[in-house]
Amino acid sequence: MVSRVVIQTEDFNVTDVLAKLREGDLRVGAVCTFVGTVRDTRLLSGKDTDAIVSLTLEHYPGMTESSIAAMMDAAHQRFDIYQAHVIHRVGPLKPADQIVLVAVTSAHRGESFKACEFLMDYLKTQAPFWKKEETPSGSTWVDARVSDDAALAKWGIQAQNAG
Amino acid sequence: MKLRIRYFASLRESLGLSHEEMETSAMTVGEVRSELLARGQAYVCLQRDRSVRMALNQVMVNEEAVLESNAELAFFPPVTGG
Repeated sequence: MVSRVVIQTEDFNVTDVLAKLREGDLRVGAVCTFVGTVRDTRLLSGKDTDAIVSLTLEHYPGMTESSIAAMMDAAHQRFDIYQAHVIHRVGPLKPADQIVLVAVTSAHRGESFKACEFLMDYLKTQAPFWKKEETPSGSTWVDARVSDDAALAKWGIQAQNAG
Repeated sequence: MKLRIRYFASLRESLGLSHEEMETSAMTVGEVRSELLARGQAYVCLQRDRSVRMALNQVMVNEEAVLESNAELAFFPPVTGG
C-alpha cells in the first residue's frame, strides 16, 4: 500500500511510483498521471526579466496533507477509482524540475482521467502551497489565478482563492 | 481564550513573524482579524481589501467561523501550489 499523500523536497521517479501504485492489483486497466514542472516563463513571454532562476515552494505542514487527503476522499466518492496518489515537492526548485505528481488507477480510462483532473483542479485552489519566483530583477510571490477557481467551478465546487 | 496564530508566505514576510500566541475575547475569526488590524504597522497586510485566506485548525474558513480555546488560526495569501 502506497501512502496517499507525500510532501518532500527530493525528486520523484514516475515509473517507480506508478509500478508501486498498481502493484498486485489486477483490476487496474487504466493509470492516469499528471506531472507539473517548473517552466521558465521567459520562453513564453520573450522577456528576459521573466527568466526564472529558481522557484521556492512553502507549505503549511499538517494542513497540506489533511487537505489533500480530503480531496482524495472527494475523488473516491465522485469517481470509480481504485488508488490515488499525490507527491508534491517543497523547497527550492529549478526550471524543468518536477513539482507535483497526481496518479490515479481505475478499471477504465474515463474515471481515472476525470479524477486526475479533479484532484489537480482542487489542489490548485485548496492546498496550502505558495510559490516564490526568483528572477534577475528579484523575488516575487506568484499571484493566484482566477482561471484556477474557474477550473474547480466546472466540478460544481465554488472556490474563491484568487478572487 | 488563548489562540495560536500562524502566518505564511508573503504575510509571514510582511510581519517578520511565522507565529504568535494571542489572548483574546474575540468570538469569531473576523473579530480576531479586526483585533490584529487594530495593532497597525505591519498588520496592515491583513486589511480587508487584500486577498487574505484563513484556516481554523487547518481547515479553510471564512470570517464567520467561531473560535474555540487553544485553536490554531492561520492567515495566508491565496494558494499557488501545483
